[in-house]
Amino acid sequence: MGFIGDAVDSIRSLQIRQVLTQLVSLGRIDAGMIVTSALIIWKGLMCVTGSESPVVVVLSGSMEPGFKRGDILFLHMSKDPIRAGEIVVFHVDGREIPIVHRVIKVHERQDTGEVDILTKGDNNFGDDRLLYAHGQLWLQRHHIMGRAVGFLPYVGWVTIIMTEKPIIKYLLIGALGLLVITSKE
Amino acid sequence: MHSFGYRANAVVTLAVTILAVMCSMASLSDNFNVPSPTAEVKVLNINWFQKQANGNDEVSLTLNISADLSSLFTWNTKQVFVFIAAEYETPQNALNQVSLWDGIIPSKDHAKFWIHTTNKYRLIDQGSNLRGKEFNLTLHWHVMPKTGKMFADKIVMTGYRLPEEYR
Repeated sequence: MGFIGDAVDSIRSLQIRQVLTQLVSLGRIDAGMIVTSALIIWKGLMCVTGSESPVVVVLSGSMEPGFKRGDILFLHMSKDPIRAGEIVVFHVDGREIPIVHRVIKVHERQDTGEVDILTKGDNNFGDDRLLYAHGQLWLQRHHIMGRAVGFLPYVGWVTIIMTEKPIIKYLLIGALGLLVITSKE
Repeated sequence: MHSFGYRANAVVTLAVTILAVMCSMASLSDNFNVPSPTAEVKVLNINWFQKQANGNDEVSLTLNISADLSSLFTWNTKQVFVFIAAEYETPQNALNQVSLWDGIIPSKDHAKFWIHTTNKYRLIDQGSNLRGKEFNLTLHWHVMPKTGKMFADKIVMTGYRLPEEYR
């Protein structure tokens, strides 16, 4: 019993060491480089666009036919004043999900330069007052995360699928992990 | 070096890179387009002009809008979003922009249009400053591409004025 126990222990420890070496070693340099370069590109985009989340995925159909579910929007935030017609991404107090709609009304104060903004989705019948917090009639500049300046169709479906069907995310991570461990390099 | 995994990786990387390059070139080609749109907006009628219970002025207008936006369309254009905004200044607000009407032009065939409509969105002031107010009507357009950078611009039409008295 002790002899078998020793053998099993030694095999197990060998495999663990092998796995750890592979995870850390240059054998998986392509996976490590992909992750690192993705991170560099993401952080670089954050710097260039001046926005905390430079890319958002369109989640609803409220801006169709211009933006469909699954499209990706590139955001840019500059100090320029917000004007009617711009497509802005904003957060409602207390809600996490950002909303991407168009500005339809702007009232800018003479003295302070502060603005009251009203937004509406192109494909919605009414304006966004129903979406704002209770009693809130206008958005202010600090609610706005960025302006949409460009877009790519369909690319965001990957994110939507991974969020709405997390099992696919786990499957992918599991498969990647399996690839890492079983590759002989 | 010749396993399926490596080959698949190389092919997919190349495919994604080429796709990205094609998308940026499609977007860059839009910069060569020099648009020359025309537009004319007439205020046919002031339907009513009242002060609301909360003290804010509101006016309802009927507009006649004719425009030719076909020069904005390129092969990379998915649609053009067009809207008319009333712009004016008040003692309290340096700028007020209120969208009165908007529409989506899905293709070049629909880009030359003529429409007779009351304002789709309510023109409500913050306060009671609209009597006798001079305002501009701007026709804004927003070109939404099939892929890439979006363009927006406007034509400003001046010389409109609201009535001196409520009606």
